[in-house]
Amino acid sequence: MTQRTAGTGVRRPDVAMAGGRGGAPKGARPGRPRRRVSGRLRRGVLPYLLLLPALCFELLVHLAPMIVGAVMSLRELTLFFIRDWSGAPWVGLRNYQVAVDFDAPLGRALLQSFLVTVAFTVLAVGLSWLLGTVAAIFMQDRFRGRGTLRAIFLVPYALPVYAAVMTWAFMFQRDTGMVNDLLVDQLHLLDERPFWLIGGNSFWALLTVVVWRSWPFAFLILMAGLQAVPRELYEAAAIDGAGVWRQVRRITLPSLRPINQVLVLVLFLWTFNDFTTPFVLFGKSAPASADLISIHIYQSSFVTWDFGAGSAMSVLLLLFLLVVTAGYLVVTSRRRTADA
Amino acid sequence: MHTHPLSRLRRTWAATAALIALATASAACGGGTPTGGANDAPKTLTYWASNQGATLEFDKEVLTPELAKFEQQTGIKVKLEVVPWTDLLNRILAATTSGQGPDVLNIGNTWSASLQATGGLVQFDTKTMDAVGGKARFLPSALASAGAPGKDPTAVPLYSLAYGLYYNKKHFADAGIDKPPATWEELIEDGKKLTKGDRHGLAIEGASIPENSHHAFVFGQQYGADFFDAAGKPQFDTPQAVTAVKAYVDLMARDKIAAPGNAEYSANQSLKDFATGKASMLMWQSAATSLANLGMKPDEWGVVPVPLPAQPPPGGKKVTSLVAGINIAIFKSTRNRDGALKFVKFMTSDEEQKTLNKTYKSLPPVLPAQQDPAFSTPDQQTFKQILASSAAPLPMVPQESQFETLVGGALKDLFADAAAGRPITEERVKSKLTAAQQRMGQGG
Amino acid sequence: MRRRSPMAPPAWFVWLRRVTLTVLTVFTVTPVYVMLSSSLKPLRDVQGSFQWIPSVFTLRPYVDIWHTVPLARYFVNSLIVATSATVLSVVIAIFAAYALSRYRFPGRRVFSVTVLSTQMFPGILFLLPLFLIFVNIGNATGIALYGSRGALILTYLTFSLPFSIWMLVGYLDSIPRELDEAARVDGCGPIGALLRVIVPAAVPGIVAVTVYAFMTAWGETLFASVMTNDSTRTLAVGLQGYSTQNEVFWNQVMAASLVVSVPVVAGFLLLQRYLVTGLTAGAVK
Repeated sequence: MTQRTAGTGVRRPDVAMAGGRGGAPKGARPGRPRRRVSGRLRRGVLPYLLLLPALCFELLVHLAPMIVGAVMSLRELTLFFIRDWSGAPWVGLRNYQVAVDFDAPLGRALLQSFLVTVAFTVLAVGLSWLLGTVAAIFMQDRFRGRGTLRAIFLVPYALPVYAAVMTWAFMFQRDTGMVNDLLVDQLHLLDERPFWLIGGNSFWALLTVVVWRSWPFAFLILMAGLQAVPRELYEAAAIDGAGVWRQVRRITLPSLRPINQVLVLVLFLWTFNDFTTPFVLFGKSAPASADLISIHIYQSSFVTWDFGAGSAMSVLLLLFLLVVTAGYLVVTSRRRTADA
Repeated sequence: MHTHPLSRLRRTWAATAALIALATASAACGGGTPTGGANDAPKTLTYWASNQGATLEFDKEVLTPELAKFEQQTGIKVKLEVVPWTDLLNRILAATTSGQGPDVLNIGNTWSASLQATGGLVQFDTKTMDAVGGKARFLPSALASAGAPGKDPTAVPLYSLAYGLYYNKKHFADAGIDKPPATWEELIEDGKKLTKGDRHGLAIEGASIPENSHHAFVFGQQYGADFFDAAGKPQFDTPQAVTAVKAYVDLMARDKIAAPGNAEYSANQSLKDFATGKASMLMWQSAATSLANLGMKPDEWGVVPVPLPAQPPPGGKKVTSLVAGINIAIFKSTRNRDGALKFVKFMTSDEEQKTLNKTYKSLPPVLPAQQDPAFSTPDQQTFKQILASSAAPLPMVPQESQFETLVGGALKDLFADAAAGRPITEERVKSKLTAAQQRMGQGG
Repeated sequence: MRRRSPMAPPAWFVWLRRVTLTVLTVFTVTPVYVMLSSSLKPLRDVQGSFQWIPSVFTLRPYVDIWHTVPLARYFVNSLIVATSATVLSVVIAIFAAYALSRYRFPGRRVFSVTVLSTQMFPGILFLLPLFLIFVNIGNATGIALYGSRGALILTYLTFSLPFSIWMLVGYLDSIPRELDEAARVDGCGPIGALLRVIVPAAVPGIVAVTVYAFMTAWGETLFASVMTNDSTRTLAVGLQGYSTQNEVFWNQVMAASLVVSVPVVAGFLLLQRYLVTGLTAGAVK
């Protein structure tokens, strides 16, 4: 039973991420005897031809720039050299040494920003997932207004990022914002008007905005996943006398596991690399408590004009994300295999 | 049946592969251009104007007829783009990196040395300078803000601005204060008298990086602090600098003459507060147009130089403003160098200087144009005086833009602390400034 | 509709559901309400203390937004860029996903992993290099990419490719292979089978991917701010124009935000049914 439900979720991670680990042979198999040689040749190259456009664009827009970026990280690319950066001196790994020298101020600032980002991402992903799951479970049964409610819930995700974040910035203003009006003037929860866009609270302001924006995505994906859970499972469980909570634990959550594996990963990567939200909310210089790594790197390269250092930090960040993602996929996939 | 699309695909791939190879190869070779600019496109120019008026559209309306005049005189068509301040430095950076930029552009004059160091701008040596009318036409202090000391200017001044202390005449009269403050001690005393209920003595743009760094510089000068030593090395956390920065933040933290809410101002809300009577004083660069736009009448405000300490601290200078303003520069990668020079000459001609500076309520850095009676209103007289006698250029070092970002950012944090009621001690100020200095990186 | 059956949820569950969903609705809707109500206030009222209900209603901001900045031009630019990027991205993703779903070939795994790992790239890392590459392509070929809409289209279509390919592979995997076989028997080649059979069967997945690609392109700010100029500027960057030298026109910001949001939100909500089906991909048996 478990095996079947686990298999009914969105199956993409196996297929694409791990490149079809253990997948059954599909469709046309290369090497199958063909009638004509030219036909076989054509069949052989066909998948490559189909991939070509995607490959070209990926090379042009993602991979080539990344390699250029990695090369830049080995150079002293300060404002003296940006005009003709082939003239920038090679400094080997010095930019990396500076970035990871946690006793020195630059390294310490990077570490601090990294830790803030990790804490922020864990909270943001956790909360978005939780809200998404709760809402998806509550909206599993039909009730009046469900369709409308679903549409409403999806609005934050559908809004363009900058439009939504600017609205939040407007609401978070200390003297004239809606948030303080609500907390201080309407509900009298606080005596002092707190700041949200500067100082320590900016962390919570940012968290609110990001969760507001990303929980609908979790909701959407999980709702899709729940539609695939056969009703009979619940009916059988209900007849067996299982309560709501037991049904959720025994049926809903296990069926969602394959979806969760992907969802959490995607949310993690998007949140960790989010640039627009903190940038629109705080501008070029984010408060220390909300100094997410993307803003920090932006400042280290574009504002202080040291692209070598900025690239080195980006490469480190990329390596970190690669390791975490690979580790995450290995661990979660193994657990699923073991469960099955 | 499907060979056609596929072979097309293959051709696309071959073309793209060639492009990528080219791109990486030429990227590795850099985008170097012959120094000084070429002349192979003599009929057109691209001009990036900075945003001087209320909106980008307003600037376009102001500049378009002037550019038409230029086209009539020279036959050169100028393509205008007004670049918002938020994008301008990044756009210049991108243009410098790629060699693909405008022919002529406006720069904040405080960036002059930084941009000079990139080598992306045409240097105004004597010959080039003569082509736009000669050194003698320009106000010396403005020209000193157009490049590193001892080097040829990298731009010429276009609009000059200075900081002044704006005060609300009615508020002062109501509080029984007969004259605007000349010393900080007086300003604080007046500020306390003026601070009542919703109204505060002074409005501060506490989260604005450039405003903060400008005030840090002026306070620094007054307290004998130089943020860069003679060799151009950063020294942000000298005792003098700490005293200076603390004195500025204390206006909110200790003296409480600025509203705590000012700590998050970065979109010119302080201007608005002053115009709407929520604050009685404001330190700002040529605010007349903005104040009028915000509904204040010219006779409601007065403007005087920014105060000085009553007892001049050791090493302190009589500086009340930086030499603020906009310079006009020529990109080295221009393909119409002669046309660009003609255009710079046109923009700095007496007539254009009068028209444009009148519209923007700035001062012409061109001496003959200053004689125009339009620049002799009481406000403009004050600013002329400040620029002539008590204004100093921001440090003209390559790292100036980093200084603005880092010190301005440190002050933003300090204001946030002050607003939250945390005490602003010397240690706290020093640690912030030290951190800012250390982030200047290995380049310094 | 349904009578109390063993399946009917207990009362406490219904109440908990009501409370939770109400709280979530308030959380979700408040900013949208603020956006809407503030866009109907005169400037003075959005600069003073916050008012929950506008004391004066005005439609003026909706008139002014078109003059303060050339919003119509930005709108057209965004529309061209986002539409072109979406169409190209979806077409390319369909081809790639078809190859990955229906064929086994050497390099398949490397391709999947590489393309997906680009999702991890911090945008900052390749902003400047990408810009340099575009400029150099321009210098080498005479095609002015930098500052053109083409450069943005290229960039955005690639941004949405990895996720689109991945979603479509999942969807195509759920389409029974017998369909392909049937088409082959009818004399279609592999491409014919893709176009005549697979694509029609994959419509929900394709719609989901289309919506995603369009939203990605419509909302991007960072690359747009460096790669566009006055005539090619998109909405995401252009909306900054409402903060002027003197003040921020918050009512116009909100009005413009609403205007630029309406097309995406409406499209998104209209197509949400497809979206859910499209995302349910692997579950179809």
